[in-house]
Amino acid sequence: MNRTARRLPRRTLAWQVALYGLLILLALVYVYPFLVQLATSLKTEADAAADPVSLVPNPLTWAAYGRLFLRSDFPVWFANSAVVTVLVTTGRVFFDSLAGYALARLRFRGRGVVYAALVAVMAVPTVVLLIPKFLVINQLGIYDSYAGMVLPLLVDAAGVFIMKNFFESIPASVEEQARIDGAGTFRIFWSVVLPMARPALVTIVILSFQGSWNELSHFIVAAQSPELTTLTKGVASLASGQLSQGSQYPIKLAAAAIMTIPVAVVFFVFQRRIMNTSEGAVKE
Amino acid sequence: MSVLASPRDAMPRRAGSPRGIRHGEALAGWLFTLPVLLILGVFLLVPVLMALWVSFSDWSGRGSPLSSGVGFVGLDNYAAVTTGGGLAERDFGIAMRNNAWYVLLVVPLQTGLALFLAVLVNRAVLRGRGVFRTAFYFPSVTSSVAITVLWLFLFSTSGVVNAILARVGIAGPNWFNDPSGVLHNLLGALGVRSGPEALTQHGFLGVSWWDWLAGPSVAMSAFVVMAIFTTSGTFMLLFIAGLQNIGPDIDEAAMMDGANAWQRFWRITLPQLRPTLFTVLTLGLIGCWQVFDQIYTGTQGGPGKTTLTPAYLSYRSAFLSQDWGQGAAIAFILFVIIVLLTILQRWILRERPDVRRRPRRGPRKLTGGNGPGVVEAGAGGPAGGPASEPSAKEDAR
Repeated sequence: MNRTARRLPRRTLAWQVALYGLLILLALVYVYPFLVQLATSLKTEADAAADPVSLVPNPLTWAAYGRLFLRSDFPVWFANSAVVTVLVTTGRVFFDSLAGYALARLRFRGRGVVYAALVAVMAVPTVVLLIPKFLVINQLGIYDSYAGMVLPLLVDAAGVFIMKNFFESIPASVEEQARIDGAGTFRIFWSVVLPMARPALVTIVILSFQGSWNELSHFIVAAQSPELTTLTKGVASLASGQLSQGSQYPIKLAAAAIMTIPVAVVFFVFQRRIMNTSEGAVKE
Repeated sequence: MSVLASPRDAMPRRAGSPRGIRHGEALAGWLFTLPVLLILGVFLLVPVLMALWVSFSDWSGRGSPLSSGVGFVGLDNYAAVTTGGGLAERDFGIAMRNNAWYVLLVVPLQTGLALFLAVLVNRAVLRGRGVFRTAFYFPSVTSSVAITVLWLFLFSTSGVVNAILARVGIAGPNWFNDPSGVLHNLLGALGVRSGPEALTQHGFLGVSWWDWLAGPSVAMSAFVVMAIFTTSGTFMLLFIAGLQNIGPDIDEAAMMDGANAWQRFWRITLPQLRPTLFTVLTLGLIGCWQVFDQIYTGTQGGPGKTTLTPAYLSYRSAFLSQDWGQGAAIAFILFVIIVLLTILQRWILRERPDVRRRPRRGPRKLTGGNGPGVVEAGAGGPAGGPASEPSAKEDAR
């Protein structure tokens, strides 16, 4: 806490300089790849191959972006990702908080079982579910449809836990008051509790947005038609060279860059809250 | 991160008899949890059971796996990938080999780097912290597909990494097209080009011991670097949270006693970070056995199957080769591996009794003769203020 550089002796000052030097160097290593990504997306293919290290496109060209948006399925992929992300995020915010509230506040027989089941569910690794999910989606007749892409992602056990923990942290007195005034359970949840839960809801929004925007494996097993391809799937197919002959790095990196932008925006807007999720989503 | 939301804190039991005003609660409780239960049940529980059946069946991918034409074949699918002696077993062995090396390298390196970054960032003054945290964490929020595409470029033959290597006079390998094992290459440099017969003639899962010891291929090494790059930020955040939960007084007491920064880190800070360390190692281990997106996007298992992982092999067997039973069997073997490793790790880290973990509060024991400051710090009070003054004066002289 009291580590301000002012009153420190010279030897410690040298350490501070070394510390910041090291931190800056490491930060550059972490940031440089993304700068390369942006720079290369604005290069010509010849320039990208000749001087991959340079961060200055010479000549600068928007051709890769033009190609992506005007002469490829990229806009369709982007739209699909956007639709799925909005639906999934909305669903998770609503259903996770609903269930979290019930587990935190409502007393009902079987609550312990529900809780235990959720803990068990969180332990199942997602990769194991690839084949199983396909089997059920296929069986239900929603393969290759938005329903198959969205429904299975609509709730997540982790989000329920975050909401449950949050609701347990706020005092019950306000709800008691509303209950005495004759409000029903859903009414109390919707107009009294939920508005108070904004910090936790923001956490769910961030996690869901990031999770569904970046999701790949579920969409691989849930759909196959080109009209239902999401960004992750589309860009993955780009990477294995389905759009073009040759390496075409500027186009691929432009696609990757655009794909990164929405998550980056959310990240920078909600930065402080993302960083604090590990410390608990609770804000009084 | 949410995994941290500990399942330990049990349901708060409220005392008191149910009041009339709460009569609809049971119904509401079930209605509120119904959507979650329904969706998780239909898309998680049922699928797992169905896949379990498929792993014991000869379903070929046509029609429903529950139809009457599908036969029960017992453990045949599991046998085919573990003892069959055929291509399926060899592929599974190779995938296990690849992933084992991946885990062996990624888990310690990402944990070490994350801890290192956390300690550095935590030492920075408040304003700098945010900037550095952002820089280190950013790779973690971006999509694995986008990062893989970027990696394919960075590690391409004429890519950034090789260009930088060339500047220091090293001819970089053809990263994602190089199937040679790193350890084999090292041995090759020493003149050992083929293994002893004891290793080449015998093996496990259809892969000879010599090939098990090949190390990760050069292509896989690029994925190892990528995994460390993308996950160290997440784990750094966990470590920073852990570091901030540690009170400064013990550390300062040790400082008064003349323990240097290195000793303080290993003897004081690290033992207190044990719970966080456990979380990070477990999450890392679980994540590392699930490598899929990168392989699907980047190499599809190549070159020479050296980036094949069980997760990708499971997908490939089912969806591309239509060997659904084997695909499901591999998925369940993977599931068991992940569960076992998690249990094992929990057991290892809990081995020592809690009593010994408690930080010793007696700096008096560490060393002596440092003046009145020691007593102050030993008392456990807010040692920072009065205790740090003498040393500051001392240095100023």
